Amino acid sequence: MTARDLTTSHPPSRRRAPLTRALKRGSGMASDGHICERRRAAERRLRVISGHLHQRAQDGHAAVSAQECKAEASRANPAKAAPVPKRRHDIMKWNGWGYSDSRFLFNKKGQAEFTGKRYRLSGLILPSLKDWFEGTFGANLQHKSPATPALNVSAVPPPNLNESFVEELKAAGVALSQEPEDRVFRSHGHCLHEIFALREGRISRVPDLVVWPSCHNDVVKIVELACKHNVCLIPYGGGTSVSSALECPPEETRSIVSLDTSQMNRILWIDEKNLTAHVEAGIIGQDLERQLNESGYCTGHEPDSMEFSSLGGWVATRASGMKKNIYGNIEDLVVHIKMVTPRGVIEKSCQGPRMSTGPDIHHFIMGSEGTLGVVTEVTMKIRPVPEYQKYGSIVFPNFQQGVACLREVAKQRCAPASIRLMDNEQFQFGHALKPQVSSIFTSFLDGLKKFYITKFKGFDPHHLCVATLLFEGDREKVLQHEKQVYDIAAKFGGLAAGEDNGQRGYMLTFVIAYLRDLGMDYYVIGESFETSVPWDRVLDLCRNVKERIVRECKERGVQFPPLSTCRVTQTYDAGACVYFYFAFNYRGLSDPIHVYENVEHAAREEILANGGSLSHHHGVGKLRKEWMKEAVSTVGLGMLKSVKEYVDPSNIFGNRNLL
Amino acid sequence: RVYPALRPMTTGIGSSTPNPVLKKRDDFEDVLEERRNSSDLRYALRCYTPALYKGLVPCKASMLKSIVLQSDSLQYVVGQSREAVQEEAALLLEEMAHRLQLGTIRFFAFTLSKAFKALFRGVCVNEEGIQRLQQAIQEHPVVLLPSHRSYMDFLMMSYILYTYDLALPVIAAGMDFISMKFVGEMLRMSGAFFIRRSFGGDKLYWAVFSEYVKTMLRNGYAPIEFFLEGTRSRTGKSLTPKTGLLNIVMEPFFKGEVFDVNLVPVSISYERILEESLYARELLGVPKPKESTSGLLKARRILSEDYGSMHVYFGHPVSIRSLAQGHISRSQHNLLPRHIPQKPTADTQAFVNDTAFRLVRLQEENMVLKPWVLLATLLLQNPDGMDLSTLTEQADWLRRLALAFGAFLDWPDHEPCSKVISSSLALHKNLVCVSGGRVRLVVEELPGAESATEEAGFNRAVSVLSCASYRNQILHLFVRPALIAVAMQTANCSRKDEVFNCFNFLRNVFSNEFILCPGAAVQDFEEACYLLGKCGAVQELQQDLVMSQSGQTTLAFLCSVLDPFLQGYQVVFHTNTQKYRYVHTFTRFNVSTCVMILITAYTIKSRQTSPHSVQPLCAVFEVFSLLILSLTKSTKRSNKVPEKRTGKESDSVLWSTLKAVCVKTLVLI
Repeated sequence: MTARDLTTSHPPSRRRAPLTRALKRGSGMASDGHICERRRAAERRLRVISGHLHQRAQDGHAAVSAQECKAEASRANPAKAAPVPKRRHDIMKWNGWGYSDSRFLFNKKGQAEFTGKRYRLSGLILPSLKDWFEGTFGANLQHKSPATPALNVSAVPPPNLNESFVEELKAAGVALSQEPEDRVFRSHGHCLHEIFALREGRISRVPDLVVWPSCHNDVVKIVELACKHNVCLIPYGGGTSVSSALECPPEETRSIVSLDTSQMNRILWIDEKNLTAHVEAGIIGQDLERQLNESGYCTGHEPDSMEFSSLGGWVATRASGMKKNIYGNIEDLVVHIKMVTPRGVIEKSCQGPRMSTGPDIHHFIMGSEGTLGVVTEVTMKIRPVPEYQKYGSIVFPNFQQGVACLREVAKQRCAPASIRLMDNEQFQFGHALKPQVSSIFTSFLDGLKKFYITKFKGFDPHHLCVATLLFEGDREKVLQHEKQVYDIAAKFGGLAAGEDNGQRGYMLTFVIAYLRDLGMDYYVIGESFETSVPWDRVLDLCRNVKERIVRECKERGVQFPPLSTCRVTQTYDAGACVYFYFAFNYRGLSDPIHVYENVEHAAREEILANGGSLSHHHGVGKLRKEWMKEAVSTVGLGMLKSVKEYVDPSNIFGNRNLL
Repeated sequence: RVYPALRPMTTGIGSSTPNPVLKKRDDFEDVLEERRNSSDLRYALRCYTPALYKGLVPCKASMLKSIVLQSDSLQYVVGQSREAVQEEAALLLEEMAHRLQLGTIRFFAFTLSKAFKALFRGVCVNEEGIQRLQQAIQEHPVVLLPSHRSYMDFLMMSYILYTYDLALPVIAAGMDFISMKFVGEMLRMSGAFFIRRSFGGDKLYWAVFSEYVKTMLRNGYAPIEFFLEGTRSRTGKSLTPKTGLLNIVMEPFFKGEVFDVNLVPVSISYERILEESLYARELLGVPKPKESTSGLLKARRILSEDYGSMHVYFGHPVSIRSLAQGHISRSQHNLLPRHIPQKPTADTQAFVNDTAFRLVRLQEENMVLKPWVLLATLLLQNPDGMDLSTLTEQADWLRRLALAFGAFLDWPDHEPCSKVISSSLALHKNLVCVSGGRVRLVVEELPGAESATEEAGFNRAVSVLSCASYRNQILHLFVRPALIAVAMQTANCSRKDEVFNCFNFLRNVFSNEFILCPGAAVQDFEEACYLLGKCGAVQELQQDLVMSQSGQTTLAFLCSVLDPFLQGYQVVFHTNTQKYRYVHTFTRFNVSTCVMILITAYTIKSRQTSPHSVQPLCAVFEVFSLLILSLTKSTKRSNKVPEKRTGKESDSVLWSTLKAVCVKTLVLI
């Protein structure tokens, strides 16, 4: 058997309608039954895996490293994991990032702590965060700006339903909801202005209906009906967009239907001969990786949002993963895509690894941002789970040296799975997230390290910066690879700074979104954005954009200098991806969001003026639409428009992104 | 608006305020005062720790050279035939580069203290400007742009920066100095780097030079100082700016290599210019004495003379970034590696040119005017001399007019007018004398007077030209209102649009004569109207511009300010155009120079009808053609010849245009 069917208990054609209906009624019995069923499935998979592992061990390989790629605990026990529920707001915040049980707060003693049990940081005290927070932003724990505690259902506009459409949907057995909570949850992504509005209890245009297709055929049916009744469809995957892509166009007069793909979350088959897996596009990153891990595989695609973002979303926005140096970005990973459009289903006829059949139709789909259709199924490359993983970090005397080193690593094409360079501000930020040290000895050791680097090696603590590394592969090769990278680093004045610093660096990227919610409790707002840029311009772009942010904030009356920091997150042959964070204290500003938007706009202008791209992986959405013509030329935009014109002439997929 | 609404650049500098003249200026402090009270040696040896640019890449002067030689842009130009060319580049750089050393600076600090104390009564600097500069130096790379009236300028700049504990500049200096034994090297060690006056098509030289300057700017090595006017103005009028170096220092910003660059205009004004008579002689065709160490030593007699006081005003730093906002798209450099030289686009060229003019205007505006400037203006309008009492009376009137126009006048507040005037006259006793209550220009009486008419004529010309160089210092204040005054006289009606057309025509004619920002005709017109209205000379009505009853004196005065220039140009147009082919031998002169000579010649001619006195005029008349050449350029710029043509045809078009211009000018006068 070449393609091992893991879905015997979930044949693709099977409907889960009875179960979902039960869930909607909130029947405890039904959900319990559901969980039991999932658990049984998981246990079955575990058995398969253990057999798999056993076999590998016999082959002379060392056991799979127990170390997690991310510093989170939720994946440590796969059997406990549950798929994304329809009522997402039951486990996730309706007006902030991530799980409801996980959040930063300042406790009664004024110390920062992270609640919940899901992550490595959960339950820990972060003693230096408060000082960093107050010092960096001029914020004060006395000055709180709390969010509206609960959604005011009466503030949600009543749904504008297309009755005949709804009737036919119901007849077709598609799960749907018009509950205000469901609709509000799917009315936004995670741009600052979207979350800020929610925290203030402001609700703008929201979808009128949420539908949950459970398979490809459901989607075909929904799109057919949408065309028939002329309703607007907005595909919704993980909801982690940061480009205003999920915002409902306020000028849309038709009924807006949010098409939530979260229930299309099965791995349909795994083909070990070709190392591919065929997956439904609604699956979210962590479930995909966990389920593949169960059979000893992974895709290796790990965007920072992978806990929540979906496969379909990755395809639709041209996502990029942290470990792309080994596994590639989404465009390198997909072998086959199936997308439902108003014109019908688009897909290739075979799974050849490369084709010369005119312009690659996958490239019309990837990056289409939900304007052409819904991606329903994807065949992806998979790899065996790596035998060994190792974090690492390098301290450089300054950012310039760090960039020069990354450039050299890229030139020699020996980049580890991930290599990221944080600037000094971000290094200090990372430092502020150090959990309480348990023993005097560790703190003594830390002091000694600091002394060695700053006094003995003469690094200026206000200039030094840190590269974080992640190596993957055979143990032997990893060690060899590690040595090669550290040797290059030494040529640029870099000192190896231990695994711990490296791991904390990666942790920072995924708790940052939680941290933003903490900032917003204390008058601090912030956002991140990214670009890609040729190597020779990396330094200039970083400096100019950071400085532009500081200057714009000052000119717009921001009282305290903002946090304006960047890191180089990906290396390519011809350039790098740069990621910026910026945040400021908005006390004293009458319209903070307006100020913030102006600053972000100015920062993007600066990026473009310095030879950076409009986006490396966040996409265009509606936030960056105005620059599309400049970015791809008038003819280029015309090409895209004519595709849209052909595929979706009545603008059924009317989220108005991109074009 | 009836007149063409040329869109003026809406940037932060200059005349964006509704009332351009009443801007508050800083107070001065005399830096020599402390020098007179404490040890010069201790001053020269004191601790010097300037605040540095925050993005400074620390490097030594010698390191700088190797960075330049290894830079991509230089390697690109050096190209394939590497070694020989590389060596040549190294030699060029060796010839060019400075070797800034603190020791030499200290030596200069000591000797210049002595010299300055002997020469000047005071050196007044605006401290607030210094503070602004200190701030600017820390934030972004700084380019210092002083006005250029004397060799003293750059010595004084470094001296002041040392005094205030500011980063010492590197200075673009002409090759002339390098031939001075010892002194040239001393200057090199105090931060001067030497550039050839012309290197037309020499790509390698250009590459070495521009990369050298850009490297210093990018690394924040030191403030870069150069003279926008390119050379010392011999006439006291600002010269139209050269844009070569400005282009170079702006490029790192255009290409995103620096976040911003601060341009700091500095106005240096002298009560009495050291090279006063030297300039006049040079203008009359006596060659400039070659810069030499022995010459310098010989010139030490000037130490015994009194040159009054001087003022140095550090203007507000001008951010290139804010200037370029909306005018320059930096992304135009996105598609070519940045080290490959690119010809600036027309947009960029226009922007740089415009900026250069604005900066020179800023220099002019902050130039301190001495009472003597007013006196020189009046005396030149009365070549036969004036009664002291009349002079006093008119000077007081002119003072008030100048102040109303926003002059930066250093007129002692609490002294009676007559006293101010007599001390001014005393300081310039080599140019004017008072005898029997009459003030007139000095002409040295020579023994054997009969044979020396020619000599006397020459001497008189020197006096007139020296005087004129002081008068010229105030022209920037009056030129725009004066153009309106003449325009009102010549326009047949008082309709505003007619006056504007005349104004605009004259403005184009004089575009190489005065600093008139290209494309700012409307702005200039409005500004001048405002000024004339403010001093009560004209009334601005809905459609018309009319002289008010009390405006006669002011308008007559303004017309007479411009009169010598109009007459000079008139003479030029009378001249046979055959002289055209001599142009190339006179490239040393610029338009201003020619016109200065013409004016002088004309004055002399009108006074002395003896045929002998025509002798020095011969040289004068031969340079007419050069002026004509410049004029054709300026008419081209003013879109009189919109079509591009080639060869003979274009020549004839030029000449016919020129003739038209002549005729119109003649009609005007």
